[in-house]
Amino acid sequence: MKIGVLVSEGPYTHQASDTAYNFVKAALDKGHEIFRVFFYHDGVNNATRLTEPPRDDRNIVNRWSELAKEHKLDLVVCIAAAQRRGIMDENEAKRQGKDAHNIAEGFRISGLGQLVEAGIQCDRLVTFGD
Amino acid sequence: MSDEMMEEDGVIKKFMFVNRKAPYGTIYALEGLEVVLISAAFEQDVSLAFVDDGVFELKKGQDTKALGQKNFSPTYRALEGYDIEKLYVERESMEARGLSEEDLLVDVQVVSAAEMADLMAEQDVVISF
Amino acid sequence: MLHIVNKSPFERNSLESCLRLAKQGSAVLLIEDGVYGAAQGSSVEAKVQGAMANVKVYALDADLQARGMANKVLDGVTVVDYGGFVDLVAEHSNLQSWL
Repeated sequence: MKIGVLVSEGPYTHQASDTAYNFVKAALDKGHEIFRVFFYHDGVNNATRLTEPPRDDRNIVNRWSELAKEHKLDLVVCIAAAQRRGIMDENEAKRQGKDAHNIAEGFRISGLGQLVEAGIQCDRLVTFGD
Repeated sequence: MSDEMMEEDGVIKKFMFVNRKAPYGTIYALEGLEVVLISAAFEQDVSLAFVDDGVFELKKGQDTKALGQKNFSPTYRALEGYDIEKLYVERESMEARGLSEEDLLVDVQVVSAAEMADLMAEQDVVISF
Repeated sequence: MLHIVNKSPFERNSLESCLRLAKQGSAVLLIEDGVYGAAQGSSVEAKVQGAMANVKVYALDADLQARGMANKVLDGVTVVDYGGFVDLVAEHSNLQSWL
């Protein structure tokens, strides 16, 4: 089955990203296809490579990056929500005249249409949020 | 995705955006509305549900000047121009908040909890904000 | 339809609203703080028990375990792991997260 996932909260404050990650892993284990994981609202904060959690804590951002690499996941960050919250890739940083970019490996920035498209293309769309 | 591609695909799904949060206190209502507007370009069967504090999004007379945030409430009236005309308000939520249809800034269909339950159950995709 | 509730019924009304708007025969999955809604002896026990006549209630094991609530689950609530969560999503033709 083709499954899409929407993550609406950032890492650490809310459990949403953890639950989404565990859900995605379990779905992959069962042979389902994860069509896309879309990050919206504060969920875009899951895509900054600048987090540095304590050593005994999980690294939520790296965990997504590694899972994306292993399973060729499409991790998409909403551009409008990302701009509001300071999540930038190199192109966006250049375009906006910023002195830095921070998007983590395996994530890409794109439009909200990618969320609607996931709703259309997937058999199920599961939302994790507050 | 272009309209042409969608037509080739021929996929029309029932999308419902469920609004359960009040405006301004959190960003969910505003960013939710942004998804609704984008969805119009995909020519899907879109409806909006207003349940619980989501009903407050439609309260007439919002004035955010002193707050320093954008008043996005007029956008609900503009949805018709995007062919998004199915706005459902759950009567129980509205009445529990001391509101009536005259308090709302846009034409909606006020439905009972049972009717709202039917509407939700018949959707292909439900996205909540 | 599968309904997913992730908030404690003592903090938010999402479980209450979900039960008001879930049709007979739907499934309700409690995750994250939502699992407190599956507890025995709480002030919402009667409400959840009553709802179980119409809907099937599930609770996510990892969240119960983390919160020390695994030994407090109401009779009739089915405990599932993440794989069970995925199965519930696959088995129901549509779903809603009560954010």
